[in-house]
Amino acid sequence: MNWARFASVIPIAAIIWAVFAGEAVVKKTPRTDGRIVVTYWEKWGDFEADAMRAVVDDFNKSQDRIFVDFQSVTNIGQKAMLATSGGIPPDVAGLFGPNVAQYAYNNAVIPLDEFAQEAGIKREDYITQYYDICTYRGKLWALPSCPASTALHYNRKMLADAGWDPDNPPKTIEELTRLDEMVFKKDGDTIKKMGFLPTDPGWWPWAWSGVFGGKLWDGESKITMTTPENIEAFTWMGSFAKRYGSATVQSFQQGFGTFKSPQNAFMDNKTATVLQGVWMANFIEKFNPDLDWGAVAFPYPEDHPELANSTIIDLDILVIPRGAKHPKEAFEFIKYVQTQAAMEKLCTGQKKQSPLAHVSESFIKNHPNPFVELFQDLASSPTAYSTPKTPIWPQWADEIKSATEVINGKKEAEENQGSVRAALQAVQDRMQPKLDNVIRRERALGIYREKGSVAN
Amino acid sequence: MKFTNQSKAGLLFALPWLIGFSVFLLYPLLRAFYNSFTEYTVLTPAVWIGTENYHALMKDKVFWQSLGNTFYYAIFAVPLSTIVAIGLALLLNTKVKGQAFYRTFFFLPALVPAVPMAILWLWLFNGEKGIVNYGIQVLNDHNWLFQVPKPNWLGDKTVAKNVLVIMSTWTVGHAMVIYLAGLQQVPLALYEAADLDGASPIRKTFKITLPMLSPVIMFNVIMSIITSFQIFTQPYIMFPGGAPERSTYFYSMYIYDAAFRDNNMGYASAMGWIMFLIIFILTFFARKYMDKKVHYEAN
Repeated sequence: MNWARFASVIPIAAIIWAVFAGEAVVKKTPRTDGRIVVTYWEKWGDFEADAMRAVVDDFNKSQDRIFVDFQSVTNIGQKAMLATSGGIPPDVAGLFGPNVAQYAYNNAVIPLDEFAQEAGIKREDYITQYYDICTYRGKLWALPSCPASTALHYNRKMLADAGWDPDNPPKTIEELTRLDEMVFKKDGDTIKKMGFLPTDPGWWPWAWSGVFGGKLWDGESKITMTTPENIEAFTWMGSFAKRYGSATVQSFQQGFGTFKSPQNAFMDNKTATVLQGVWMANFIEKFNPDLDWGAVAFPYPEDHPELANSTIIDLDILVIPRGAKHPKEAFEFIKYVQTQAAMEKLCTGQKKQSPLAHVSESFIKNHPNPFVELFQDLASSPTAYSTPKTPIWPQWADEIKSATEVINGKKEAEENQGSVRAALQAVQDRMQPKLDNVIRRERALGIYREKGSVAN
Repeated sequence: MKFTNQSKAGLLFALPWLIGFSVFLLYPLLRAFYNSFTEYTVLTPAVWIGTENYHALMKDKVFWQSLGNTFYYAIFAVPLSTIVAIGLALLLNTKVKGQAFYRTFFFLPALVPAVPMAILWLWLFNGEKGIVNYGIQVLNDHNWLFQVPKPNWLGDKTVAKNVLVIMSTWTVGHAMVIYLAGLQQVPLALYEAADLDGASPIRKTFKITLPMLSPVIMFNVIMSIITSFQIFTQPYIMFPGGAPERSTYFYSMYIYDAAFRDNNMGYASAMGWIMFLIIFILTFFARKYMDKKVHYEAN
């Protein structure tokens, strides 16, 4: 055999090997102990994944019929959807709360009502706001894993340096604005410090609406972007860029490092306060353990004390994708996670609060987050709010983000409210037809429930 | 048709490509064409809705905005990167010491993957700490000619797009190598004849080098038009959501969002086909116009 011929054999051999051996690599070898393998995709990495892995191990030890195979998967929102459409979904997927409507609408998950009923899982077992995130158009599509809520985190030293009593952090929006003016420091054209910056980290550009008691929609079919509360909220959000000049604030913000770094504006003593979630404690501990900080409920407008204790509630969820091979066994595992012991183990490991209505005393007492009780209480506050439950939310949120950029980019301070209204109106005009389209399709598919026909 | 042994062998050798082309290009292309006339969310069967997607696109402000942004980018990036690539190739074609080193050196940026490169540029153009604005500051401190403004490169909607145009010159390495190869093809006899006639180097460049290089220029310009209209990775990483105010929201980003954020495959397919037609038409005219100007070495 000459060399050329030999060389041409190699790629052919490689292909043959890939076809046969490749299948062995991809194909799961069945467990020799005869257990049913439930594949579980989860978004978490690092210590958050470790916390769930511990719960999975407990579950696998607790019985001998089912084996849960935990896998960390990045960008899970899209991958789970694509795997489901390709007919090879995992048995359990750990998604984000706002995915519920999107997945339910696209027929990508199976309803859990019957399973839950059989298992005796009820809405009252949970902080109801969290349970409600799992429902869409009157059906249950998911169950909670780790919950979160947000609060105003403040840097005690920066408050004290500015002459603000660190034991008495701002309670109202007006106080927060005043604090910002007191902390604010400029060197030439460059901002050095701010008391508060609504666009940092900028993850919830829609959330100011909730702080001012506004509603983004009626919960059913009408988007309400331009209510007086929303206009007031976004005007306040834009007032920071206006006060100091939008370009100046932008350059200040560009000097911030990424969120998960010691150059995070809050940990780097650049902003004295920040709206952040229960997870913030972990990052402070990791990146600036010496930071002297505290957390309180986010301020409310002075003339609306009834809006106190507002918080964004968010939830990680477990779903069973449509086409999963072992839905029954998958639910067994989900049910196990819902037990108080497993849930508290998971949430302690992730340093978050619990979504359950009842928590043990030791959970709060031994919790690594010193403010866990605040977050736990805020979650059941009547002024808590979460993202609108609609499949168009990802796009809607992007539209709101664009609108906030328009509002913050405007230079003329006088025509404040007019420009805010115009920016919000643009969101309204763009999204309402899309929502109408969703409802038209839901009616056709029989998913849509008329208002009042269901509890939530 | 009768297959000779030779054509059989030819087909056999082309088969891997033919299979790949049919499975990964032809089928998706045709399927996307069908999908563009449907409402299709991947998990539920596609519903035929005629030309509704196309009608909706015509009325979609964001569609026009992203198309405008893409044209802006292409109009500036294609000529700029072409000029830079030819310029570099001409310089690297001169006989200087360390020629091989320079050739490698200027090609290197083309080897950096798009994602780290985008993040690197993000820091270079940072309005607060970026080295670009620092350089401008140093110039201004030395009262160099006039005071240069320090734009907020990433945050100002009037400049953000230009960052990407400037970046496009960074990856001209591949085009540069092709030009360089083209330059080697120019017959030395022509230069010798020009030397005898006493032509200046500039005159030689414009009368001999560029005309002889024109087929290569045409190829590169067409490739450059195609890639410019598909710009995605850099803006997607550097300007999430096309911030500020969608000034960096490009056509491919909208296709991606429509498909994978909104699960609106029909709409995304319609956009894909419109882009295909635009590139097709532009390439067609580029060829038609340039064919007249292109000088192919006569047989």
